[in-house]
Order: sequence, then structure tokens, then C-alpha cells
Amino acid sequence: MTAPAVVRPRLYGLLAEFERPEELVTAATRAREAGYRKMDAYTPFPIHGLSDAMGFRPTKLPLVVLAGGLIGCVSALAMMWYSTTIHYPLNVGGRPFASWPAFIPITFELTVLFASLSAVFGMLGMNGLPMPYHPVFNAPRFAFASRDRFFLCIEARDSKFDEDGVRTFLHGLGAREVVAVEE
Amino acid sequence: MKEDAARRARGGPPVIEPGHTYASVTDKISSIVLARRTPLFWVLGFFVSFLVTMALLVAISYLLARGLGIWGINQPVEWAFDIINFVWWIGIGHAGTLISAILLLLRQEWRTSINRFAEAMTLFAVACAGLFPLLHLGRPWLAYWLLPYPNTMALWPQWRSPLVWDVFAVGTYATVSFLFWFVGMIPDLATLRDRARRKGFQIFYGMLAMGWRGSALHWHRYEMAYLLLAGLATPLVISVHTVVSFDFAVGIIPGWHSTIFPPYFVAGAIYAGFAMVLLLAIPLRKVYGLEDFITMRHLQNMAKVMLATGLVVGYGYVMEAFMAWYSANPYETYMITNRMRGPYAPVYWSLMLCNIVAPQFLWLKRVRGSPVALFVIAVIVSIGMWLERFVIVVTSLHRDFLPSSWGMYSPTLWDWTTFLGTIGLFLALMFLFIRFLPMISIFEMRTLVPQAGPLAMQPIPEKSVAGEEG
Repeated sequence: MTAPAVVRPRLYGLLAEFERPEELVTAATRAREAGYRKMDAYTPFPIHGLSDAMGFRPTKLPLVVLAGGLIGCVSALAMMWYSTTIHYPLNVGGRPFASWPAFIPITFELTVLFASLSAVFGMLGMNGLPMPYHPVFNAPRFAFASRDRFFLCIEARDSKFDEDGVRTFLHGLGAREVVAVEE
Repeated sequence: MKEDAARRARGGPPVIEPGHTYASVTDKISSIVLARRTPLFWVLGFFVSFLVTMALLVAISYLLARGLGIWGINQPVEWAFDIINFVWWIGIGHAGTLISAILLLLRQEWRTSINRFAEAMTLFAVACAGLFPLLHLGRPWLAYWLLPYPNTMALWPQWRSPLVWDVFAVGTYATVSFLFWFVGMIPDLATLRDRARRKGFQIFYGMLAMGWRGSALHWHRYEMAYLLLAGLATPLVISVHTVVSFDFAVGIIPGWHSTIFPPYFVAGAIYAGFAMVLLLAIPLRKVYGLEDFITMRHLQNMAKVMLATGLVVGYGYVMEAFMAWYSANPYETYMITNRMRGPYAPVYWSLMLCNIVAPQFLWLKRVRGSPVALFVIAVIVSIGMWLERFVIVVTSLHRDFLPSSWGMYSPTLWDWTTFLGTIGLFLALMFLFIRFLPMISIFEMRTLVPQAGPLAMQPIPEKSVAGEEG
């Protein structure tokens, strides 16, 4: 009887565009001072001081890498020790079975290998990559985030979020353009 | 800006020519990849190197069909072209990691425009290097026996052997180099995804970029990951050539059994690697008009690194001769006499000419300022480093302790085809790389333009400064 209601996609947030990195850092600082917490910035290169302005805590990645390195180190030593003393002891010219100095190169290499793998996969995993779809890609000018523009997005899930208020706020920070991003 | 002025005051060309912006840097580098028309020199260059790669394929097929007898190796020279080329290629690879990791930790910002293709060079050089020991196994299809895996024979690799260490060192090196290269490229792949106009390219770069969107939180972790990788790759690159030198130094052959080998090999690797980076950079900047990004400053700095490592290598040669005399060991003494006056003396003296005499021209500012002269010296050094490995491997093996077991080695047609074939493979991979992937790190170049000012940051967080500014 009735036409199906047009489902309007939910609002993800408001995306403000800036031309200079300094403007973005100021904007992020001001937004944080204004009490916004659920926000993210999008930039073509890492920007000094932005992490502090956004209020990010130091990343836990170094711990992941340390754990990876230790696993590599211990498993390499354990593998060589087990194979030469328990699984298949072989007397080579009376040398000790657990001749650890000769085990150092492989232990070192596997430590580096495991630590590097955990650095890369830890970083990708914490960042949630690969992520083929993300709402910000819907913003018409977002492609410039990988060229020469700097974006700040205040997300709708922020407890202080109200569309008109945030829009005015972002314009007040000197945003070149503010667009609504749909999920 | 201030830094730029300071750099000018110190003299020397800038690391990036003035007048560039974020946009111009982005567009210039991405247009090389996204151009609709493939340049003619690319087609020709790729065609030739592809043909040579096909020759490599023929050489390998024939080797698999007939066995190692088609090579010139025999008692007493069981290691020859295969090991010479392995060490040569793996040494060349070292400059890539040195530029990308060590120079990053030392905050040498000039590394930015050359690190990407130097890393690609590392990867392809390691791929070429890996082929040789694999083919030298005789039965390459059993190469997996080198790895520790549960098997019905209940056997394990010999952990005390440098040859097994090599498997782990080179395997780790190849993996970590690939990770470093790929992670460094993710933001640039996102740039290409956003710039690409053709559907196929959008999908191709989109898949590779994995949804990178330049989020500040992502950059935050990304920089930490990159820094940690650099910190891990730095001792790794030193360890790899050290382990390669152990292949020789642990043996008792005169001319091999020497503690100077690890540092001397590492210096030689960096020397050869920088020569190869110059060989690639000089034509590339010319044909793609990248003189603004790969400036004379880069070429001059690389020339200086080459000169310094060349002198270390020269010290190594002198020490080898000195120790042979000083040790008063008749076999060591004979080894050096045989190198200087034996049947392979021309190789030894060419090596001295290439590796000790040729780089001395780099003391002259005029030579360091001329791309043509640098290119010529880089060719000479590359040849010299290959001759060095020939001297180490062949002249040491062919006359050791017992004169009754002396012999001569000469390479066959198949030795040469395999060696030249890997050069073709290397160049073909390089051509594919510069056509389809960004050969200069775009996002790092953006941090160098004057527009970026003090906020732009090299991917190494400066903790003290960040604290003050935050």
C-alpha cells in the first residue's frame, strides 16, 4: 500500500577540510578542549604534535614487538637445544651437544624475523587494516587527504555530538569546507 | 625553512629543489606510474632485459636436465661462479637497507628520495643472490631439506654450520627487506589509488593499499612500526654479510680463515651497494626528469660513502697481505704470492685497480659533481667487487695445502649465461617496479617541501621536541 520508506544512511560524522597542517593541529587541540573525544584526523603525511593534540596515548606496539622478539629468540634456542640434546644427539668430535655459541647466529636471525613480523602485523592489526570500506571515503574531496589537504572528522558517536552545533564549531575553526559523512 | 637556510649556509645543493609543494611532489611522482603512455625507452629496456631473463631460464633448465657438470666447477674449485655471484648480489642488496634503516636512524633526510628504489634494488638483488646457492645444491628440488621440519628421517639441519646460518640470515633478510619496503609503500599506494583514473589501476592499488586512509591514529602507530623496523633491520644488515663471510672464515683454506672477514665483507657490501644505487639513480633521474628530487647532493653524498667504504675495503686488502707475511705461515704466504704472481694475477691486479685506485678520484670535488664521472666509477667499482669475490673464492681454492691437488678453474658458457641472466632478471624486475610502483616515497617527500615547515616530520619521532610542542 505505502511506498517503502527511503532509508537515509546513518550519519558517521562531520568532516572538516583544512589547507595547512598548522590549522589542523590547532583545530584538533580546540576540538579536544571543547570536549569532543570521538574524532580522527586524516593527513597526507605524519604531522608533528598531532598525536598530542588528538590526545592519543603512546602506542602499545613496542610491547608487541618485544613479545615477538622474545618468542623468536626462545623458540630458536629451544629448537636447537631440543634437537641436539634430546631428539637426535650426535657426537661431533666430542663437542658439547648444547654448543650454544654456535647457536647464536640463528637465534639472532629468528629474533629479528619474529620481531619484524610482529611490528608489521601488529601495526596492521591494531589499525584494523586491511579495511576495504570506510565511511570517510564517501566524502567527495577525501581523495585529497592523500595529496595536499588535511581533514578533521568529529564522529556522530561522540556523546557531545549534535550536527548543527558541530558544523558551526568546525566552521569557526576556519575549516575550508564541512561535509556530512554517511555510513 | 630555517633548516633549509642552514643547509645552504653550509654549502652544497639542497635535498629538494625549491618551488615544490605537496601537490606538485605528489603529482610528479604519481604521474610516472599513472601515465597512460609507456615511454619508449621503458619498452626497449624491458624487452632487452626480458630476453636476457629468458636466457637465464634456458640456462637453469639445462642445468636441471644435465646437472652441475655443465658449469666449470670441479675439484679443487668446487665453489666458483655460483658463490661469487651469490656474494656479489647479496652485497649489492646491502645499500638498500643501509639507506632505508641506518640513515633513517641517523636522521639523514637526504635518504628520502632514494630509499624506495634502493629498497627495491635490495629485494631484487637478494632474489638473484638466492638463486645461486639454490642451483648449486645440485638437486634444488630438495632445498627444503635446509629447513628444520619434522621429517621421517628424523634429521635436523647442522646448526653449527655457517651454511645453515646463511639460510636463516638470507631468509630473514629477504623477508624483513620485503616488509620494510612494502610498509613504507602503503601510504603511497593509497595516493595512487586516489589518483588513478582507470578502474583496473584503482582496484590494483586499492587492494595493495589495504584501505589506508591517512588517519592520525594510524600514522601514530605506523611511525612507531617503521622506526622499530629500522632499528631491527640495522643489526640485521650487518649480521647478514657477517654470516656470509663466516661461510669462508670458518673454513681452514688459506685466504679464508681470517677474522678480518666480517667487517671487511660488510664494508665491501656497502661499497658495492652504493655503486649500484648510483648506477640506477643517475639514468633514472635523467630519463624521468627527477633532478629536482634526486639532486646532486644525493649523488655527492653517495660518492662520499663509496669513498669511505672503498678505503675500508682497501685496508682489508692491505691487511690480508700484511697478515700473510706477519703470520709467517707458509700456506698464507704462498696464498698471497700466488694471488699476486700466480696464474690469476691479472684478476688480482685488476681488482686493485678497480677497487683501490678508481675510487681515489672521488676525493676531487669536480668528480663528485659530475654524474657521468660518478657513473663510470660506479661501473668500475661494481666490476671490482665482483673480481674481489673471484679472487677470494677461486684463488684460495685452486692452490691450497697439497700441490698434488692443485687445479685451475675456468667458467663455461653456462656459468656466464647464468650470471648475465641474473643481471637481466634484476633489470627486468627493476623496470617493472619503476613502471608500476612509486619509485620515490611520496609521503616522505611531502615532509621535505618548504610548505611543510617545522610541523612535517620524518618518520622518526623526535621525542623531546614532540613533548615540548604537545
